[in-house]
Amino acid sequence: MKFGVIVFPGTCDDIDAQLACARVGDAIPLWHADHDLQSVDAVVIPGGFSYGDYLRAGAIARFAPIMTEVIEFAGAGGHVMGICNGFQICCEAGLLPGALLTNDNLRFVFRQVSLDVINPDTAFTRSLERGRPLSIPVKHTTGRFYAPESDLDRLEQNGQVVLRYAPSQNPNGSLRDIAGVINEQGNVFGLMPHPEHAVDPLTGSTDGLGLFASLRDSLSGSLV
Amino acid sequence: MHARVLVRPKAGILDPQGAAAERALSQLGFAGVSEVRIGRLVELEVEDPAKLSEMCERLLANPLIEDYEIVDG
Repeated sequence: MKFGVIVFPGTCDDIDAQLACARVGDAIPLWHADHDLQSVDAVVIPGGFSYGDYLRAGAIARFAPIMTEVIEFAGAGGHVMGICNGFQICCEAGLLPGALLTNDNLRFVFRQVSLDVINPDTAFTRSLERGRPLSIPVKHTTGRFYAPESDLDRLEQNGQVVLRYAPSQNPNGSLRDIAGVINEQGNVFGLMPHPEHAVDPLTGSTDGLGLFASLRDSLSGSLV
Repeated sequence: MHARVLVRPKAGILDPQGAAAERALSQLGFAGVSEVRIGRLVELEVEDPAKLSEMCERLLANPLIEDYEIVDG
């Protein structure tokens, strides 16, 4: 199973993302200026500050050359995981609904949060131990998830809300405590927390690894 | 020609930066200030001002969360 991790100017969490993917498969970097996904099985859009978050976080990265292929790949059912800045880029690119706004407390928040898995049946969550919350760090200034109320209702009804911050854990004012969503098709997943920073006992929690493992399991045919 | 675009957060969406500026104004002693909202001014030279709307729709503003106004051009 080969993961491709996109690298834009200003991306900084690509190395941890590649290392996390490499624990469950193979991982290669994909350069923003190329037009070649190099036959990867899944794409990860990692965290960081692509193009300095200039204009709006992800607004410029969304038009990088490689995004033409990523959008085409997603349209054809290819699996994409957008982490933090990657989630912002997916929303700007219309791959996911909603938008990420400035944290309501105006602070850069960097702490461990507890996440409830709301939809355990997605390609990204199906291998997780059921009913157990995930302890994963967040690290962002612009993580408040927003969508109009009617869209939020639809997301909840469709099972597109995948992760919520556990009660009293919401670090940024995200509406309905939403921490991660999938698209209608179920192949594009965006989350603000950083699972790639929670894959080794050295950093306190290995709860992030299950998201990468679930994706690997979903694509390797070991789960229908 | 010279063009100016104002990009504003949509009404009804929390603007914490505006709220922070409002609190600061109050702390400075300015009474009677409310509804502070902070947007963005984009100034540019364009040969074809007819393209400004599309520039706003595609890049300069996020239509889900922002309104834009072409003030010149």
